[in-house]
Amino acid sequence: MDKELIISSSPHIHTQRSVERTMLDVLIALLPAVACSLFFFGAGALVVLLSAVAGCVATEYLIQRFLIKGKSTIGNYSAIVTGVLLALNLPSNLPVYIVILGSIFSIGIVKMAFGGLGNNIFNPAIAGRVFLLLSFPAQMTTWPLPIVNRWKYFDMETGATILSTMKESVSDVNTGASVASSMKDIVEVSTWDAFLGNMGGSMGEVSAIALLIGAAYLLIRKVITWHIPVAILASVALFYLALGDDPLMPLLTGGLLLGAFFMATDYATSPMSHKGMIIYGVMIGVITVIIRKWGAYPEGVSFAILLMNGLTPLINRYFKPTRFGERSKR
Amino acid sequence: MLKTFRKGGIHPPENKLSAGCPIIGIPQQEEYIVSLSQHIGAPAQCCVEKGDKVAKYQLIGKSSGFVSANIHSPVSGTVKKIDKYKNAFGFESLSVFIAPDGENREEKRPRTADEISGLSPEEIISIIDDAGIVGLGGATFPTKVKLTPPKNTPVDTLVINGAECEPYLTNDQQLMVEKPDEIITGVELLMRAINVNNACIAIESNKPDAIESLRKAAGANNGIEVIPLKVKYPQGGEKQLIDAVLGRQVPSGGLPASVGVVVQNVATAYAVKQAVVDGIPLVERIVTVTGPDLSHPGNYRVAIGTPLSAIISAAGGMPESTKKVILGGPMMGKAASNLNATTNKGTSGILVVPERYSMRETPENCVRCASCVSVCPMGLEPYLLAKLSQLKDYGRLEAERVMDCIECGSCSYICISHRPLLDHIRIGKAKTGAIIKSRKSK
Amino acid sequence: MNPIISAVTVLGGTGILSAALLYIVARKFKVKEDPRIDDVEKMLPGANCGGCGFSGCRDFATNCVNSGSLEGKRCPVGGDSTMNAIGEYLGLKAEAGKPKVAVLKCNGSCMVRKHTSHYDGPRSCAIERIIYAGETDCAYGCLGCGDCVNACMFDAIKLDEETGIPTFDDEKCTACGACVEACPGNIIELRNKGPKNRRVYVACSNHDKGAEAMKECKAACIGCGKCAKVCPFDAITITDNLAYIDDEKCRLCRKCVDACPVHCIKAVNFPEKPAVKEEVVC
Repeated sequence: MDKELIISSSPHIHTQRSVERTMLDVLIALLPAVACSLFFFGAGALVVLLSAVAGCVATEYLIQRFLIKGKSTIGNYSAIVTGVLLALNLPSNLPVYIVILGSIFSIGIVKMAFGGLGNNIFNPAIAGRVFLLLSFPAQMTTWPLPIVNRWKYFDMETGATILSTMKESVSDVNTGASVASSMKDIVEVSTWDAFLGNMGGSMGEVSAIALLIGAAYLLIRKVITWHIPVAILASVALFYLALGDDPLMPLLTGGLLLGAFFMATDYATSPMSHKGMIIYGVMIGVITVIIRKWGAYPEGVSFAILLMNGLTPLINRYFKPTRFGERSKR
Repeated sequence: MLKTFRKGGIHPPENKLSAGCPIIGIPQQEEYIVSLSQHIGAPAQCCVEKGDKVAKYQLIGKSSGFVSANIHSPVSGTVKKIDKYKNAFGFESLSVFIAPDGENREEKRPRTADEISGLSPEEIISIIDDAGIVGLGGATFPTKVKLTPPKNTPVDTLVINGAECEPYLTNDQQLMVEKPDEIITGVELLMRAINVNNACIAIESNKPDAIESLRKAAGANNGIEVIPLKVKYPQGGEKQLIDAVLGRQVPSGGLPASVGVVVQNVATAYAVKQAVVDGIPLVERIVTVTGPDLSHPGNYRVAIGTPLSAIISAAGGMPESTKKVILGGPMMGKAASNLNATTNKGTSGILVVPERYSMRETPENCVRCASCVSVCPMGLEPYLLAKLSQLKDYGRLEAERVMDCIECGSCSYICISHRPLLDHIRIGKAKTGAIIKSRKSK
Repeated sequence: MNPIISAVTVLGGTGILSAALLYIVARKFKVKEDPRIDDVEKMLPGANCGGCGFSGCRDFATNCVNSGSLEGKRCPVGGDSTMNAIGEYLGLKAEAGKPKVAVLKCNGSCMVRKHTSHYDGPRSCAIERIIYAGETDCAYGCLGCGDCVNACMFDAIKLDEETGIPTFDDEKCTACGACVEACPGNIIELRNKGPKNRRVYVACSNHDKGAEAMKECKAACIGCGKCAKVCPFDAITITDNLAYIDDEKCRLCRKCVDACPVHCIKAVNFPEKPAVKEEVVC
């Protein structure tokens, strides 16, 4: 036998899945949401989307090329995913330089400084959004109205989001009864619009139906498991119910769906065991509602996810998968 | 709904290319090189000398301890020499070189029905021991040892493993199709040996022919039940199989007997029948020879000590494209470096892999997707074990239960970053095991 | 109340309280330790290599102080000077030891040992050895993945890209034994450093019979026994087809080096070295 045989350890076969394919699946799942944001916010959305993606990809490429001096990691699409997710978390009238700044922060500080894909502690897109929210509070909380602004990027007509209206009505009125009545007014006007996405807000978070279609795709392709999103949505719904509110509107609005399906499920920053995922999801849900109800901001999903990202290593340490034989029957 | 084990598992493409191929023999070789360490445990002690004439089935290597097994001659012939010989992985072991003399002298003693019905459990076990029978699923653990569980753990069920969850392999399937009556007889003998009234034959549902043939053979038989299982790897793992069939989970570090079960492979049951009824020791087994480019994949009856290259020739010869040869299935089999090596009792398959499937992909960063955690059938965290193993943190590895790992390879299979998780875990497990052993001996 | 007074009271109060707490904790959890341990630890090189057999320098120092004897204790990194200093400080007698150095008992560079298979996996000798014997036919020799290089804390081992086997730097090697432990083939040995660093050793670990060994590697010891015959000091033994030179008996006459037909006995750091032409086969 003269042939040099290859020797490697078992297993000798491998699944067809890969990091690239997984990231591509996430991008495909985001397509409906991207399409909706382009439909509602038009030109502005396109500018923000392109500059965020370009900013993220360029930052990763430059860091990899000149600081790390390693193989280019652009090919695994993860920078593009971060760029798209960041864009979907921004209002469509945000100036380009702010978007680029957010991209640089997301990729440069949050992802690459920790060692690149898989080693980051915080979700880059979420951290980027929070960074911008704290740095540019005014620009980040003026929401262009949908459809009417389609062909504009500057001088848009802006309005408040449903969540901030709710918040203000809560702070304005001190008695419980009037809070309920003022909320009811809003809910009655816009449940259907909220489902389709015809309302003010960040680019990608407005259309519930688009996000749900994408989420279904991710679940079918087994890119994500049900544990985290279900834990988040259920805990938010239950918390609102416990407070005596109708949970439908809060579930459909704000960044909740986007956060639950696309941001909280980010591989690197979420727990590894199913038990851990449930704990993580429930905590995100609870923190979200606490911030929404009693915090200074109308929306708390990003803060909740960011906080729980930080706790993920701890969750991994203490919530282990059930070992085989631990519940042995005789 | 079909039964299966509860935790983790994967479903790789089955690729049972040789399913339905009848079992055939291969031409006699000029020389058989029979290794004296074909099983887990101490090597057998050679009991023939150079120049001796040996009959087929004659004892040539004597079991040298409790965990050890007898070795018998696969042919009638002359002992040419007794020397070290390299196995398929390049390691040497003492082997007996036998050249057939064409005289076909046989040394066997069939038993009559009366003799068989009069055998006590101890007698059956001692016949099995004499016949050198080891677990034929691939682990080659001496069967006698498994049939003598500790006294304080009563056994109530015998589970016969016909799952054959490895892709490509069909040797057990074909045996079940062709020799159902013999297998049932073997199962009955095993039941008598461990004194139980229930036996379950577990077969994955992708082998309907085997399920049907064994159901027919078992008939309305005294407590032998054929149980179809959902196709899922690693169902053939002892602990997974018991969980799938009976819903009992063997505790960490425990033996199947601790939940009242003894597991044996179908091929082992067949070998038991041969040993007890026909008086034939274990000198041959069914080997699946297969591969995407192989011209005649099939199931072959191969005597121990046959060169691997001869078996591949019998199956149509080595394809030009070959870059890897695996002994066993693609999930747990080991890649061979030396094809002059000969088969042993554990060789369940020879998988000839073309170049296009031979190389591994380059590993990337772990993205912590948790796939490995969700597929691990033992509920471990492979990403963590691999990491700790690289860091040589053996204390923590033990705490994270690395010793529970059954090395099924599901984690490496599923890893989207193509990380060689099992490679690292295996070395960590070996080192941790050594540390635990030295601590116990202190 | 005046805000200044209240601020001073609160801050001062917190300070005093914390100080009291710290004092109590420090008293309560104080661990009594022989102060000499600290001093002995300072004398040690601080490499924490484990070459002494204890888990780090601190552990070694504790044992030196507590056991009241330096018998069998030796810091291979610091050598005699360190041990004498410790002995003097503790009033104990330090054992004199010969300085040692790690040598590789394999000379199977890729010029003399043909690759017959290709290993595809993590670059680790230990992992490779768990799967099979190695990329060449020799099941004893160096695998060349560099586990010893990674184990060495003193940067004394380098993998020679050309030969595929590691080289050892005599000056940097402290004989801590980490590489010996790391090598799955057990082919690294700690030998006496020798006068002027001169040593003679068998650079092979192959136990196969002559003909077999020669096929596997052109530089393999074939166990012919010529070296043993020629040795005037009875320093060479042949066990299982492999020669071994006892470094306590060897007087560095180098007769065996000339006698060896396969040139697997190495004499290092001697003046004038005849150059051996090697044929490239891979």
